[in-house]
Amino acid sequence: MLAYIVRRLLYALPILIGVNLLTFLLFFVVNSPDDMARMNLGARHATAEGIERWKVERGYDKPVFWNADAAGAEKLTHTIFFDKSLRMFAFDFGAADDGRDIGREIRDRMGPSLAIAVPTFLLGLFVSVSLALLLVFFRATYLDFWGVVICVAMMSISSLFYIIGGQWLVSKVWSLVPISGYAPGLDAARFLILPVLISVIGGVGSSVRWYRTIFLEEISRDYVRTARAKGLSELAVLFRHVLKNAMIPILTGVVVVIPLLFMGSLLVESFFGIPGLGSYTIDAIGAQDFAVVRAMVFIGSVLYIVGLILTDLSYTLVDPRVRLE
Amino acid sequence: MSFQPVLLWTDLLFFLLLLAAAGTVWHARRSVPLSAAWRKVGRRPVGMASATVLLAFLAVGVVDSLHFRPQLPAVEGAPADAAPVYSSEVLSALDVLLEPLRTRTEKTYSAPFADRLYARETVELPEGGQARIFPRLEYGAAHLQDPDAERAADVARRLGTGVLVAAVLWVPLALLVAAGVARRAGEPFAQGLRRLARGETGLAWRTVLLTLAAILLVACAAAALAPWYHILGTDKVGQDVFYQSLKSVRTALVIGTLTTLVMLPFAVALGVMAGYLGGWVDDVIQYLYTVLNAIPGVLLIAAAVLMMQVVIDTHPQWFATAAERADARLLALCLILGITSWTGLCRLLRGETLKLRELEYVQAARAFGVQTPAILRRHILPNVLHIVLIALVMDFSGLVLAEAVLSYIGIGVDPTMISFGTMINMARAELAREPMVWWSLAAAFCFMFVLVLAANLFADSVRDAFDPRRG
Repeated sequence: MLAYIVRRLLYALPILIGVNLLTFLLFFVVNSPDDMARMNLGARHATAEGIERWKVERGYDKPVFWNADAAGAEKLTHTIFFDKSLRMFAFDFGAADDGRDIGREIRDRMGPSLAIAVPTFLLGLFVSVSLALLLVFFRATYLDFWGVVICVAMMSISSLFYIIGGQWLVSKVWSLVPISGYAPGLDAARFLILPVLISVIGGVGSSVRWYRTIFLEEISRDYVRTARAKGLSELAVLFRHVLKNAMIPILTGVVVVIPLLFMGSLLVESFFGIPGLGSYTIDAIGAQDFAVVRAMVFIGSVLYIVGLILTDLSYTLVDPRVRLE
Repeated sequence: MSFQPVLLWTDLLFFLLLLAAAGTVWHARRSVPLSAAWRKVGRRPVGMASATVLLAFLAVGVVDSLHFRPQLPAVEGAPADAAPVYSSEVLSALDVLLEPLRTRTEKTYSAPFADRLYARETVELPEGGQARIFPRLEYGAAHLQDPDAERAADVARRLGTGVLVAAVLWVPLALLVAAGVARRAGEPFAQGLRRLARGETGLAWRTVLLTLAAILLVACAAAALAPWYHILGTDKVGQDVFYQSLKSVRTALVIGTLTTLVMLPFAVALGVMAGYLGGWVDDVIQYLYTVLNAIPGVLLIAAAVLMMQVVIDTHPQWFATAAERADARLLALCLILGITSWTGLCRLLRGETLKLRELEYVQAARAFGVQTPAILRRHILPNVLHIVLIALVMDFSGLVLAEAVLSYIGIGVDPTMISFGTMINMARAELAREPMVWWSLAAAFCFMFVLVLAANLFADSVRDAFDPRRG
């Protein structure tokens, strides 16, 4: 097991290098730092000195790959590539445009992000799986038919509508919870209920339909017929046999997103004014803060790879036939 | 009026796509299994109804893709043989059709069917002094003397005309379909009509006619009312929201279709090659798509769009008009979305090819010494095309929804380009206003809902008909 994890982590390294190279190409080779400075400063301030100052402040004034002026090992380390790209492997992201340390900012903002993402994830999973089992229990009846129709309709509604409509109805018309904001500690619950509910409702349509397909695929298997032939009730068949056997496809889709919960949700956080990583990313995109976007890309891909490994590990928990060597 | 046709990049690709679709239809008519599968789609009322709605949207999109630059009136005193000067504004055929909607802009917000602005203005009273009132609109309901008293009757009268026109258009259509149905079966017209009315035709023609009736009703009613009222209100700069909604359709269609189109060659070529050739080719391709997959989609799109914006902003000389610049950004957005989304299809194709290459007929072809490219073209490709088709229709709705979200975040289409996302984004600022400005949002969400719902239902029908695993 341990050997397997170590090997998978080693496999992950080339992928991270690939991600790193790709972002580096995107940010420094497609456009020169001069272009970015001009863009960031705006047409009015883009004088030669202004651009130079912008580059020095952010450390973009060095050569890209090879510093011929430096001595010894500094030929390699005094470059943009080393400073901006390789340092990420040590989770050293440098400073954002407003001078704050990105690593620190990420640690501070992880809490609020998780406070929304984890309840959303758990509640969403529970609601979707229960509803899907309900539809499967009543399969080929009107309930099932209209359930699927409602799912398709809900899938066709923009997530922006759920957020805007929910904020308007619950916060403005009914005045049940504040429209947006955040408070640390237990106070946060007041601010979190609505975004969590809206995220769950927004995602329920597609996930119920997806789980329903998975369950229906399982239910036509021979072991289900055997279980029914033994005289088990339909509920016992569903919960004890179908649900267990459907775990593998469910885990494949679910576990990989768990680590990404750290990243938060861009839309929900920015609409509800939650100081998490999602709104941090949106603000960085809006302010064209390239350092932050680069850091988030890197963290995102690290978390994705962790998710892949966790998925494989989770298979061993639900399926005794799977052995990792 | 003389004009200079303009072919934007997205227009070109959009028309190419239509051409390809026509080619597919022609090809499917000659191939027995393909036409059988399509007939399966056509037999389902849901499939036919959604296809009809999609075609209506497509018609709007196509008319909106015929771009041109109108000629400016000759300058006074210019020599007669001077080269004509064309406006820097790029218009489309849809703009010409909706000329009154496009040009009749009010000062600012006004509610649907309103006769007055939504904001107070200070006006000089004729008897001296000033007052803050809601001034009358310049165009909306301007033909009414006393709007509050006359409006209901006027709207009803015009609505009646619209319904009448719709009926006049629809009845011959229905009779034509009935005649077609009767002729195909070689039976008398009355029997064809009866079968059509009972829904006993092979393809679900009755559903098509009913859907068409609904579309015609809405379209004719809108056409009867829109010249006299702002039927969906006006936005902050006084532009008609109905006009914006219709213009957004093209943006949504372009994003939904071109994105899949631009990624298709890569996904198909790489997926099939990885599956069939195996070995180091497979390793490299798998590595490539794992890397792309590892980056969270929104962030990759954000990074790429930010970079592309720098490129576009630093090369203004590439674009003759603002429309061309917005179009370049739209195309780039399609490309970026394509790059981030081809991995799923590629993986599916690789898996399917892995299965196919072990089948007897492929092995037989190999044993006969058929070259690899020929095997790929003749034996593998036709047998994975159903996956491609399913992916194409399944991705559409997601991409239309994604456009709105991306434009909201600020990494979507150019802010000057009318799209559902920019409409929502602009309307959002007014949500806090009391009383609320709801019509822009409502219009964008409704249009988007109808389009996406139709696309989802159509995609389901296509998948059910083409996926061999589904009965």
